[in-house]
Amino acid sequence: MDLTLLTLTELREALRRGETSSVEATQAMLDRIVATDNRVKSYLTVADELALDQARSADERRARGEETTVLGVPVAVKDIICTKGLETTAGSKILEGFIPPYDAFVVEKLREAGAVILGKTNTDEFAMGSSTENSAYFTTSNPWNLTRVPGGSSGGSAAAVAGRMAYAALGTDTGGSVRQPASFCNLVGLRPTYGRMSRWGVIAFASSLDQVGTFGRTVADCVALFQATTGYDRRDSTSLNEPVPDFESALVGDIHGLRVGVPREYFIDGMQPEVEQAVRTAIDKLADLGAEIQEITLPHTRYALPVYYLIAPAEASANLARYDGVRYGPRVRGEDLLQTYRQTRALFGPEVKRRIMLGTYALSAGYYDAYYGRALKVRTLIKNDFLAAFEQVDIIAAPTSPTTAFAIGERTADPLSMYLADTFTLPVNLAATCGLSLPCGFDNQGLPIGLQLIGNTLQESKILNAAFAYEQATEWHKRLAACE
Amino acid sequence: MNLTLQDVEKIAALARLELSQDEKETYLEQLSAILEYAARLNLLDTEEVPPTTSAVTLQNVMREDVVEPSLSVEDVLFNAPESFQSQFLIQAVLDAD
Repeated sequence: MDLTLLTLTELREALRRGETSSVEATQAMLDRIVATDNRVKSYLTVADELALDQARSADERRARGEETTVLGVPVAVKDIICTKGLETTAGSKILEGFIPPYDAFVVEKLREAGAVILGKTNTDEFAMGSSTENSAYFTTSNPWNLTRVPGGSSGGSAAAVAGRMAYAALGTDTGGSVRQPASFCNLVGLRPTYGRMSRWGVIAFASSLDQVGTFGRTVADCVALFQATTGYDRRDSTSLNEPVPDFESALVGDIHGLRVGVPREYFIDGMQPEVEQAVRTAIDKLADLGAEIQEITLPHTRYALPVYYLIAPAEASANLARYDGVRYGPRVRGEDLLQTYRQTRALFGPEVKRRIMLGTYALSAGYYDAYYGRALKVRTLIKNDFLAAFEQVDIIAAPTSPTTAFAIGERTADPLSMYLADTFTLPVNLAATCGLSLPCGFDNQGLPIGLQLIGNTLQESKILNAAFAYEQATEWHKRLAACE
Repeated sequence: MNLTLQDVEKIAALARLELSQDEKETYLEQLSAILEYAARLNLLDTEEVPPTTSAVTLQNVMREDVVEPSLSVEDVLFNAPESFQSQFLIQAVLDAD
């Protein structure tokens, strides 16, 4: 059996039945990385020896009768999440060689659950980007067409899973960075409600928007990783202190009577016609499965992009002030301390500098109210749109991205054109709701199209179940990327 | 509002970023375009609208002021570019006089 063809759920079954071992599955993944990743370039660091050690230990735990949702399953972790003893760069030169002295909470959870960490995946620098082209190291390719981007900022994680070089992966989603790559790579990508996933040990970009998310080739795979890593963490003061629901048991597949809202503002001029077509067809399928579809309006949708591009950079300018060459990372020594700061911070890439500048300006004396202050108020209006909608409907269905995967290099000259890729995903982060993307078709170039399902705050079960129902009635998720 | 090269220099200084002349001009153009796009927020009436500063409604999450295990000094200094005994070594913050 070709272990790399199995989904996470199928691997779990095979492990449970003793048909294979974690060591075998890990070795299969490592071999596939060697054979494939020189073309896809999803990993920044592959931790062979450590992974095999973890695999052996997982097999021992299994032999003793233990079981978890991801015991012995090889997974990948986005390089913006701290892993003790394993280099973590945030895709930046300013953290080149940084070896975290501790694990992020979500990584501690992975270890507790016995998952095998294959390595760290590529990311746009400090999670700032929509294509992974802003990584200071190299660009990752989309396994469905190597001349295309995998999306971003969690493009490395998406490419690793879509390229079958990991059974699932952790990413982060601040403005769409899990959902958008999921839609570009034919995966299920979940962005849980803010507070579900501890941010302890997650290198901060925008603290009121960042959240760890999970990638899988199927809904069940995505949920298995989510279940293993979610939970209260007292070291993150925004962590939700509530018992963790059993999300796996929510996947019953029956959506009769589910009220689905379709926001008219998410079908705009300039979006790729095949994307609109595939998404509308998918919504019809939800209706066939018993859901009640109604058109809704989220009137402030068009303001989400400017609001996000004021709030996120403002928060980033504060979060990135710590990179000064003093305590970690490279130090570029200048003639005095101020010069050392400036020369060290010259290691930031252009997109990072651009956002730091934007944020600094938006927060500066005389401009705070006009920019940042105003953006915070419009954020309330966006949030209220969702609250009003969720009085009428249970979940919202929409496209994830206006287009399928664009070509590498196509949007790098114009920052604004890049920002537009996140137009449909940003509102979820601003409103503190939850969202996921799942496969709903391909365009005529064979590029994947994603359907986005948005749930109210803490209502992941509803969107996961709806996604599961749709997935069971379709075959998109069964197609495999050629990595060419 | 029109962003000037001087504004760009001032922001760069606040953010401790050193920019070349080319970079300053490029950022001037790009930041101006982004800020102009952001100006569409002025079309909205937000007079009576409260700001949303946080994604959650939690407030003042506290714990007891009790010392708990943290990182060892070795761990803390492991990534330090320069260290001395149990301290990070850096250039003078204040002048000697």
